[in-house]
Amino acid sequence: MENLHLEGSAKTPSIHFDATTGKLELKGRSIPENSVEFYKPLNDWIDAYGKDPIGETSVDVKLEYFNTSSSKCILDLFKKLEAISGSKTKVVVNWFFEEDDEDMEEAGQDYQAIISLPFNIIEVEEI
Amino acid sequence: MIKNDIYELYQTMERENILLSFKGVVTSELLSSVLSIMESKMDYMDESPKLKKKVFNVLVECLQNLYHHIDSNEEQDRNFTRIEVKSALFMIAKKDDHFVIRTGNYIDKESAIDLEKRLDIINGMDKEELKKYYQEVLSNGTLSEKGTAGLGMIDIARKSGNKLEYQFLPINDVNSFFCLNIKID
Repeated sequence: MENLHLEGSAKTPSIHFDATTGKLELKGRSIPENSVEFYKPLNDWIDAYGKDPIGETSVDVKLEYFNTSSSKCILDLFKKLEAISGSKTKVVVNWFFEEDDEDMEEAGQDYQAIISLPFNIIEVEEI
Repeated sequence: MIKNDIYELYQTMERENILLSFKGVVTSELLSSVLSIMESKMDYMDESPKLKKKVFNVLVECLQNLYHHIDSNEEQDRNFTRIEVKSALFMIAKKDDHFVIRTGNYIDKESAIDLEKRLDIINGMDKEELKKYYQEVLSNGTLSEKGTAGLGMIDIARKSGNKLEYQFLPINDVNSFFCLNIKID
């Protein structure tokens, strides 16, 4: 299947979803007024990937900012990943946050509390 | 007279240390410009990256609240011209060690009652309770057609770390003017 690559913009993150390596990355900022439109193709891609995934899928979330409209879409994306995780693929989420950015660390914990996927919350110097 | 008015306005803005203020219709393009201006302004400030991020985050939520709110009053009442109802005011000020974001917009009285209830619930919660409440709304809520999640005010309260100061000024039978004051430190 085709990989999904989207350039980042002032209000949307860059997307690199690679079906051959099982590596999915969201990076940058996600602050569109209405995020549904932006996240739709991401969810569709995961649906398609879930039919024939590779053994290990890792999702790197490297967000600097996200708004509350995106927070719901990010949750739905995690739910999709939760649904495809099982015998065909093992999904791991790596949630990155910048040093001292407690808000982004807590945001990771919020998802960790809701989603039943292995969730690594990782502090880095710079995203 | 006009000269004096402008000078008074200038002095007020100087005294309050207002970094940016706007009154008018809040559009998506305006949001992009304001956010970009505020980011470059804050780049030059000595504040911690942590505080700058908080300010940016709270600003995004406040402005998007105004944007969606204005968007929703499409067919409001006849006591205002369209432009007045669709207009909002916001300003960002820097005071000593903290930032203040203020917003003002018209709201119909029914929505005001709901909003006030929600704000009181939020203001009655401590940090941990807000976290739980956010997670609850996040996992149970659904997005509206506009893409709003009902999380904005909870998020603003969490990130600002302060109570949300607000007031509803009665304007006429159907409308109030909603003033919100957020301190971020």
